[in-house]
Amino acid sequence: MTVPKRIGKIRFGLISPQEYRKMSVVKIITADTYDDDGFPIEMGLMDPRLGVIDPGLRCRTCGGRPGECPGHFGHIDLIAPVIHVGFAKLIRKVLRGICRDCSRLMLLDKEKKMFLEQINTLVDLGQPTDDVVNKVFSEARKHKVCPYCGGPQKEIKFERPLAYVEDGHKLTPSDIRDRFEKIPDDDIMVMGMNPETARPEWIILTVLPVPPVTMRPSITLESGQRSEDDLTHKLVDIIRINQRFQENREAGAPQLIIEDLWELLQYHVTTFLDNTVSGVPPARHRSGRPLKTLSQRLKGKEGRFRGSLSGKRVNFSARTVISPDPNLSINEVGVPMNVAMELTVPVIVNSRNMEHLRKFVNRGPDKHPGANYVTRVDGRRVKVTDKNCGEVGEQLEVGWKVDRQLTDGDVVLFNRQPSLHRMSIMAHRVKVMPYKTFRLNPAVCPPYNADFDGDEMNLHVPQTEEARAEAEILMRVQENILSPRFGGPIIGGIHDYVTGSFLLTHGERRISRRSLMEVLKKFDISDLPEPAGEENGVPYWTGKQMFSQVLPKGLDLTFKADFCMNCPECKGENCENDAYVVIRDGQLLKGTIDAKAVGAFKGKITDRVIKEYDPTTASRFLDEMTRLALRGIMLAGFSFGIDDEDIPKPAADQIKDVTHTATDNVQKLIEAYNAGELEPLPGRTLDETLEMRIMQTLGKARDSAGSIAGRYLGLDNSGVVMAVSGARGSMLNLSQMAACVGQQSVRGERIRRGYAGRTLPHFKRGDLGAEAHGFVESSYKGGLSPIEFFFHAIGGREGLVDTAIRTSQSGYLQRRLVNALQDLEVNYDGTVRETRGIIVQFKYGEDGVDASRRDYASPEHVHRIIQKVLKEES
Amino acid sequence: MTLSKKEVQQQIDDLPLSDAIRDALHSGLDGVELRKEQLEEIIAQVQADYEHSKVEPCEAVGVVAAQSIGEPGTQMTMRTFHYAGVAEINVTLGLPRLIEIVDARKVPSTPTMTIRLSPDYAHDRDLAREVAWGIESTSLLHLGSIATDLAEMNVIIELNEDALNQRKITAEEVAEKLREETGLAVDQKGNLLIMAPEEPSYRELLQLVEKIKKLSLKGVDGIKRVVIRKEGDEYVLYTEGSALKDVLLFEGVDPTRTKTNNINEIGEVLGIEAARNAIINEATDTLREQGLSVDVRHIMLVADIMTVDGELKQIGRHGVSGEKASVLARAAFEVTVNHILDAAVRGDIDDLRGVTENVIVGQPIQLGTGDVHLIAKR
Repeated sequence: MTVPKRIGKIRFGLISPQEYRKMSVVKIITADTYDDDGFPIEMGLMDPRLGVIDPGLRCRTCGGRPGECPGHFGHIDLIAPVIHVGFAKLIRKVLRGICRDCSRLMLLDKEKKMFLEQINTLVDLGQPTDDVVNKVFSEARKHKVCPYCGGPQKEIKFERPLAYVEDGHKLTPSDIRDRFEKIPDDDIMVMGMNPETARPEWIILTVLPVPPVTMRPSITLESGQRSEDDLTHKLVDIIRINQRFQENREAGAPQLIIEDLWELLQYHVTTFLDNTVSGVPPARHRSGRPLKTLSQRLKGKEGRFRGSLSGKRVNFSARTVISPDPNLSINEVGVPMNVAMELTVPVIVNSRNMEHLRKFVNRGPDKHPGANYVTRVDGRRVKVTDKNCGEVGEQLEVGWKVDRQLTDGDVVLFNRQPSLHRMSIMAHRVKVMPYKTFRLNPAVCPPYNADFDGDEMNLHVPQTEEARAEAEILMRVQENILSPRFGGPIIGGIHDYVTGSFLLTHGERRISRRSLMEVLKKFDISDLPEPAGEENGVPYWTGKQMFSQVLPKGLDLTFKADFCMNCPECKGENCENDAYVVIRDGQLLKGTIDAKAVGAFKGKITDRVIKEYDPTTASRFLDEMTRLALRGIMLAGFSFGIDDEDIPKPAADQIKDVTHTATDNVQKLIEAYNAGELEPLPGRTLDETLEMRIMQTLGKARDSAGSIAGRYLGLDNSGVVMAVSGARGSMLNLSQMAACVGQQSVRGERIRRGYAGRTLPHFKRGDLGAEAHGFVESSYKGGLSPIEFFFHAIGGREGLVDTAIRTSQSGYLQRRLVNALQDLEVNYDGTVRETRGIIVQFKYGEDGVDASRRDYASPEHVHRIIQKVLKEES
Repeated sequence: MTLSKKEVQQQIDDLPLSDAIRDALHSGLDGVELRKEQLEEIIAQVQADYEHSKVEPCEAVGVVAAQSIGEPGTQMTMRTFHYAGVAEINVTLGLPRLIEIVDARKVPSTPTMTIRLSPDYAHDRDLAREVAWGIESTSLLHLGSIATDLAEMNVIIELNEDALNQRKITAEEVAEKLREETGLAVDQKGNLLIMAPEEPSYRELLQLVEKIKKLSLKGVDGIKRVVIRKEGDEYVLYTEGSALKDVLLFEGVDPTRTKTNNINEIGEVLGIEAARNAIINEATDTLREQGLSVDVRHIMLVADIMTVDGELKQIGRHGVSGEKASVLARAAFEVTVNHILDAAVRGDIDDLRGVTENVIVGQPIQLGTGDVHLIAKR
């Protein structure tokens, strides 16, 4: 195996004019690009020596074809030097810091020595030197007389964008360059520059490099017209002005014209480098669009750095809509046939797999699982087609590479954006399936934060053995059940899985032999448990027994279920609500399985299984639990419809009473307020007090309306089952649907905006009553009045705006956090260090414990061990 | 043969375990009769599990920490104001607060302090109130009304007797303070103070009124309001505005249990380690209030990288990210062009140790499995 070559370091620096000329392959003198026949003009901007972009041609410099030839720089000799905009501020600082006569940095020798030492220490420490360098310049500037030649100094004013005025005279770039040339090397070092890589005079341009055509390709439009790149346009401008400048100067034109042309040249070079300099009007395209020049190419999200260099495009990937399939394992992903036939896995032929691979090749590309390409030992790639597949299959030799199509069992990476945490990309095993969507078990939705309302996901096929091994060991779904964020399970039952488990295990659900077989037939169970009892001579089993079938043997666990009512006195195992879960030796004895037991983010059972057994057991438990839960829900039957929100007439009347009393009470409060009888709360004004009291009254009304409705909605109601089990929704949602929607708010206050003194023209000015400020008395089921609907829309809109803003804000927070912390790594000595080798933590997290395995180091775990050992021995 | 308590403790103390586990062992085995084999068995298991729970070398803990804090950000509310603990005092919560902490802002948008009192004061309502009045900065408007007399060109301040008594300040003291601060003569007639500006102009008069309105006559500068609340059996003061240094010196305040939510202030007054702990506490509280559980280790790492250089650094362009060693990493984050130009002038060398740099040049990153330099020998 060859050791891969690594780039060790990259040194940054300025290029000297001499070097520019040396690396240039052609001096550009004409502003034209192509001649009438469409051939590039020599010494023009599209000179063939600059590289090739037209297919079929070869580069005149390196002989490479398009795609091979990286392009080569040319150069333009500028008639007069111009300033590089990016360094305008630096030029100002240097000009002010050096003597106008002898060009020496105006500091005493011992100061220079001190500053240089400081700079070197900072460089050694890898810390920014900016502060010291700024100090150097500000100190140097204080000298009004040069300490070396004794020459008096003049104030240099900087005029935006690019003019330096000394004592009323404008300094030309040539003047500045002359001064900079004389600065001794030792002084340059004190200024924080490295004289070998960056002499100050090099920031005044005398030669302009012409980027190769490969980075400014011209495109041929449909009409046959050529359209040039923005950079080419800008270069044309520069050459034109440069020529005119030269002609005028040779013709001995008046100084005024020369200066104008010089300024124009400066303008064009400036905008060529950066078209967004403040004070410089941006150069525009004929159409009026500002040109995208060098700086703009690098900057921003779609720029070279963030867009092209940090974000790379890949092959061997697929993207399509996702849909659920509860029959898949959580470790699997259903891949459509079309995708499987396009994506390939490279396999090197050896004597043992030759026959196996030959079968793939022989099937050709159109019959799954076939092969799409083979690569011979000499590196020639052959496309396998319907016609040549038999022939190629016969030729197959050891050492060839076969790109075989994706088949069941291949490891692939599956991803959903936004990739906010590492569980957003996990490895699954392929299961090739018909139809056109990726299929996944809904239990893995939480880590991806996916749902099936049209979400799309990406799939990537690892191409090397190392990548596959890494994916399988580190990235498989079962290895990621525990979230490193809080050390709990992030994968688990959602929605119907929770409902199903709940229905199956709540109370004593009797199940006949037939139903039992129906449900358990898909499981690998050899012995049926003993029947729980007999009813009319027919044996029956309980739902709890059935659930016990999927629990691993030897599991002991007790906890309170999610729907525990928090009774003032917990009766423990004798809980009347069946909310106290007791599992002994893998048998569910008491309690109901709900979100707290198997749900994503909470799942106590999942948590214990993965920590006491292993990820494989946990993934099997999740697979079987989800399958059982779905059969359980099908056994019972489950639906939720509009009539589930119906409440009996007396309840509706009662709710009406409650809301009416509340509005009356609000009215009374307002009267008390108007009469001045309202007592302000401490630290609040009278108005605020009134608002708070009103909010309180109306909030209470909504709650009591909800509880009235709740009394009539029992566990026979599907909505209540879902809310109570933690599958979906809450009792609040239900009571809003059935009883009363409640107060609508904007920024936590009642709705007050609208017209002067009132929210809508339907109310009197200054009306403080409940209806006038967004109290929705109706229920969703009963229907909202137009005014209520309007207020509801106001409240709803706030929620939408909130979400829109939050995503952008938290996205930026995430980007900053990742960027700041990404280089941190635990070293072999247990310390956390960053790239410079600075120790950030001496021991990760002060105890060296991995957050996702923190429970192994928790006091509870220690107590459990003690208990276990003591029990065993006695 | 059971082991003596001392022997057990001795054995546990010598183990290379974390303090939390050692404490758990102590408490779990306290008063338990156990034999040598049992203890050895327990220790062996605990050690094995502790070993299993440790982070693996080369683990990219930074990214995990960043993701663990960033990901819940999407689930947080934007509702800026909330009345936490005390109904009367506004505190920024949720995502805006988290951003504020990570930004290391000089002053948070809603600075507050939680002041606990020393034992003598904590249980007595009147004494607690006295401290509160003493801390709350008192302005003229608290004590009475200010009026201008355009005919006489002077300012008339009418002090309220009750307010003066309540805040333990006399009219003389007010007058003296006004003299000191404005340098003008103050005419005192009982509770009536009369002042005139230097020049009898309308503008000067109004300016004088504005000036004396803002004057803090008594109390700690910057603390706009103090609220007393009973927590358990002691009285706790909550403030709007923060001035840690001054409050800590105040008579009756327990300096060991008094805190502010201004992290920078803590850093200045109590040092960088205190600031680190403040970041951890504030971030944990913010996340917990939103019902999100995030392991402390992640928050610790963020706090540590922010404070590792001995000064509070922001997570972002003006702090941690802006001071990275690598030019390419900085260029790829924000203000791309400037970083490259500066690097060129300085002749910087990028050692390509970080993640971004290696992604940019297209080679494996030096983290996790990419940091293992093993090559099979043929």
